[in-house]
Amino acid sequence: MRVLGIETSCDETGIAIFDSEKGLLADALHSQVDLHKTYGGVVPELASRDHVRRIIPLIEKALADAGCAGKDLDGVAYTAGPGLVGALLVGTSVGRSLAYGWDIPAVAVHHMEAHLLAPMLEEESPSFPFLALLVSGGHTQLMQVNAAGDYLLLGESLDDAAGEAFDKTAKLLGLGYPGGAAMSELSKKGNSGRFKFPRPMTNRPGLDFSFSGLKTHALTTVRDNDDDEQTRADIARAFVEAVVDTLLIKCKRAMQETGITTLIAAGGVSANIQLRAGLKKMVTEQGGRVYFPRPEFCTDNGAMIAYAGYLRLKAGQKEPLAFAAHPRWPLAKPA
Amino acid sequence: MKLLAIDTATEACSAALYIDGNILEKYEVAPRQHAGLILPMVDALLAEAETELASLDGLAFGRGPGAFTGVRMATGIIQGLAFASDLPVVPISTLAAMAQGAADQSNTILSAIDARMGEIYWAIFSVGEDGLVTPLSDEQVSKPDTLSIELKSECFGVGTGWGSYENKLSSYAGTKLKGFDANRFPRASDILTLAINEFKQGNGVHAKDALPVYLRNKVTG
Repeated sequence: MRVLGIETSCDETGIAIFDSEKGLLADALHSQVDLHKTYGGVVPELASRDHVRRIIPLIEKALADAGCAGKDLDGVAYTAGPGLVGALLVGTSVGRSLAYGWDIPAVAVHHMEAHLLAPMLEEESPSFPFLALLVSGGHTQLMQVNAAGDYLLLGESLDDAAGEAFDKTAKLLGLGYPGGAAMSELSKKGNSGRFKFPRPMTNRPGLDFSFSGLKTHALTTVRDNDDDEQTRADIARAFVEAVVDTLLIKCKRAMQETGITTLIAAGGVSANIQLRAGLKKMVTEQGGRVYFPRPEFCTDNGAMIAYAGYLRLKAGQKEPLAFAAHPRWPLAKPA
Repeated sequence: MKLLAIDTATEACSAALYIDGNILEKYEVAPRQHAGLILPMVDALLAEAETELASLDGLAFGRGPGAFTGVRMATGIIQGLAFASDLPVVPISTLAAMAQGAADQSNTILSAIDARMGEIYWAIFSVGEDGLVTPLSDEQVSKPDTLSIELKSECFGVGTGWGSYENKLSSYAGTKLKGFDANRFPRASDILTLAINEFKQGNGVHAKDALPVYLRNKVTG
């Protein structure tokens, strides 16, 4: 089965073609980071306007890269949510009408489901059941994945997402937008132990997160100390360690509570090298195994949509001609 | 010639099919329900006419101005249909489509869509001897009391702008105003009427060049 995947839920236009026999045949991406940089965050209307200009040229490119035509496809998968409604509507409109024009099934994909299935695109991929840590600019969730489509929400952030806290703290430290990767870099030059940030919500039971306090802590630390390069690096170090530690504590707790020893991490923050190293160490110590998508599939992409769409189509799911975008769309039932 | 047109730019949602002189149309005023309606409308029209997308000669759509998401939905749908079936596309102004719908009312038509934020999208059209409208002004977004183009003849008004700003637009048109219809939305049958002529002149574009016209381009604070 060969599926075209379309991702337009935020600020990346991603188009890919997945073949169940041959794997990924094409993966085309346009990132709008430069477009939104000036504004210090994603401007939804600008994002939508860019998607509608980029989407057909990217589809053309993906088909050319894969050396195939519409008649060689068996389905079109598109992100239907969650995300920015205007941006989602571009991908859903184009995706649904392409499938109609090609006379093949269309399938609506849940963006976070695609993220948590992204490690399955790798040669060494996890088998069910596993725990999934989804960490991005919009989400921080711990999920129990029993099978494709069978998800249990174990915990989530009650306020800021981990990636959001990264970006906001990076801004405080003058690292620009988006600053997650720059924070990670800067923290390597910092000294551990000069500043101590809290590990929010770790000293009480449960698997929920809270990251807005860390951002405030960073703000007061910046205010109360000298503004020099080493101090900024030391603050970055303390912040990254606090986020990583907090995530590790909750992941470990989830493994112990569920008895599941396979863990995957996905979403933009899962590309963070300190988090990856920490998870590998912790999971190995627990006698388990951790899996990650390749770094380019941690952030938004069409490949994970094509793959999740393939699984959904294989399971017999398809969308009627009346399509919809779901800006808010819970993936898992609460535990 | 066989053409399909769609429009989702405003509160109305419509699709129309032109087959060798006859027009079939589906039209519904259904705010925020366009995603659920538009492809079923297209599918029903093609079934009624016992034809299929691949046998058409071209596609047309209301390319704006209008609600941003609505304009983009029609654009996205048309891009997908055109790319899948390798058909040329003619983007048609929603203001022109509204004027075309009222072309039997007067020789001059002032189309105005409520653009929110105290503004209207508007343009003035003249009706030619062939019955088709052509623009007398640029399409603009502005406050309804700043229209400055001099009306040279009797004029008829169309569009939601006339409902929201009846007094301001009436005082602009003055004694030249023959009447107005504030309940007229862009519709696919009027888009077809204009698109037929464009296709005869070979003016179709590729799917990737079928793009919206928003008029309001300042969208950041």
